Amino acid sequence: MDAQFWTYLLVGVTFSLYIGIAIWSRAQSTKEFYVASGGIHPVLNGMATAADWMSAASFISMAGIISFLGYGGSQYLMGWTGGYVLLALCLAPYLRKFGKFTVPDFIGERYYSKNARTIALICAIFVSFTYVVGQMKGVGVAFSRFLEIPYDLGVIIGIGIVFFYAVLGGMKGITYTQVAQYCVLIFAFTVPAIFISLQATGNPIPQIGFGSKTMDGVYLLEKLNQLSVDLGFDKYTDINQNTLINVFFITAALMFGTAGLPHVIVRFFTVPKVRDARISAGWALLFISFLYTTAPAVAAFAKVNLINTVSNAKYSEVPKWFKNWENTGLLQFDDKNSDGIIQYVADEEINELTIDRDIMVLANPEIANLPAWVIGLIVAGGLAAALSTAAGLLLVISTSISHDLLKKNINPNISEKGELWAARISIAVAVVAAGLAGLNPPGFVAEVVALAFGLAASSFFPAIILGIFDKRMNKEGALSGMLVGVVFTTIYIFYFKPQLGGPGLPQNYLFGISPEGIGTIGMIINFIVSLIVSRLTKPTPENIKELVESIRYPK
Amino acid sequence: MKEKYWQKNLFYLRILLTIWFICSFGFGILLAEELNKFYLGGFPLGFWFAQQGSIYIFVILIFIYVYLMNKLDKKHNLKE
Repeated sequence: MDAQFWTYLLVGVTFSLYIGIAIWSRAQSTKEFYVASGGIHPVLNGMATAADWMSAASFISMAGIISFLGYGGSQYLMGWTGGYVLLALCLAPYLRKFGKFTVPDFIGERYYSKNARTIALICAIFVSFTYVVGQMKGVGVAFSRFLEIPYDLGVIIGIGIVFFYAVLGGMKGITYTQVAQYCVLIFAFTVPAIFISLQATGNPIPQIGFGSKTMDGVYLLEKLNQLSVDLGFDKYTDINQNTLINVFFITAALMFGTAGLPHVIVRFFTVPKVRDARISAGWALLFISFLYTTAPAVAAFAKVNLINTVSNAKYSEVPKWFKNWENTGLLQFDDKNSDGIIQYVADEEINELTIDRDIMVLANPEIANLPAWVIGLIVAGGLAAALSTAAGLLLVISTSISHDLLKKNINPNISEKGELWAARISIAVAVVAAGLAGLNPPGFVAEVVALAFGLAASSFFPAIILGIFDKRMNKEGALSGMLVGVVFTTIYIFYFKPQLGGPGLPQNYLFGISPEGIGTIGMIINFIVSLIVSRLTKPTPENIKELVESIRYPK
Repeated sequence: MKEKYWQKNLFYLRILLTIWFICSFGFGILLAEELNKFYLGGFPLGFWFAQQGSIYIFVILIFIYVYLMNKLDKKHNLKE
């Protein structure tokens, strides 16, 4: 039985599972639709949060990026996990005590202002939408590469599945599907990693194998450093001091951005109690860490395997997978000196092999000669990662529209039934819109993900933190802080992103900080402006002070 | 009484977040070059903090906070 068969089988089985769960967990009320009635067990919520969080990028691309950046890839590993400490300690318990449905809800009530709510809801929709388009693209790519289904049809199948369980089940359906998707994706990611670690080092735990000796008695990382140097690259574990400040700021922007992303925060509204919100963040990070500590190991193993297989190999004798991936365009061989041998080196002039980073996860099972079913597993896992994240984001968009915009801003008298219908319609519209954007992804999608984190860090994070920890923070302070933070971050990113038409050049970066890391500065500016303006304007009303007081205590 | 609970919470936050910062931004980034002179098995130590250690510490920090706060909730009779 070949890989194609296993892929169809595993994708078919997992998709049927998601649909089954959707039918079983239909939402009956807005509270079920928005926050699953606040009745999700913290461990399950941890799994759902992990699946929500780990996107197609974490599953398919991250290990590949690390494998090409070496130490430099650490910014993603720390950046996309460290934010959970902030969430657990500084945000989740208090927002759970506040006990409403959305992030704009909190901003709107805490700062007693419709304008604040509106700014928050625009940011929430923008951040979530840019992110969701990337997921749709991931679904299309996974289908087209493995099942020989056209890209467009792949996206449409993906939309169909998400449409079904998100519209029907709302947060309740999404949560239980995400739990299943977490199990699928973590199994799919770790099984090949265990095999590869065993092959290379004899140790089944990739996190340990990564730091162990290979069969010839040399430490794996030492070997990788040596191979890299031989080919003219930097040592894998070496730190480039010139970019260290940038690594610092990117890591920070990703961490604070994580803690400010609405689709992550809203997950903590779904557990029954404050103490559940705290521990749920712990479970979430534990489940995330299984993938995030395995990924750098996969990155190192895959790099060694790849170099050993292709470097100085005769093109006529390369394994079958090499030709297969050449057909997809992810591998490109250009025999510049016509000697029939693959030269893979750092020097652009001589190098003959172009490798897409995604191949490190996608082709890994084939490079390591793993059984065919492992390849099917990778596809099912990648799809689970993309679909679970997409669903969580779409829910944020729909709640922002039906709850924050419609009920709180336009028509407060809307009935419960009417609001539930509005929620269903808006998620349906959001799914279709995201799918259309995914069919025709504007070239800038990958670039705006930097913007999503930058905006979350420079708008939501300070506004929420100050809302909890600073009673004196008033409407004027928070609003001006958010505005200045967002405007600064957006302008900087647009100015310095050539893909967005920006004229800025890297040598003119502020303190050498690239657009990916500028959210950190935007956040600091937001904090400073908020604090100064709030002290110069009239104090917070008494009832708001009481609100802040009440969210600080679990009971 | 309630004020004491909040002050204690802030105290925990300060300590745990300091550890959070030192292990990631400190050991994993700013001091990584220095730490790379030491080894943990096959890992240069700074590299290990950046790609493994900091993540383990993040998880542990959250569970420590949960433990401390559950105890504090009980002590102040704020357990739900």
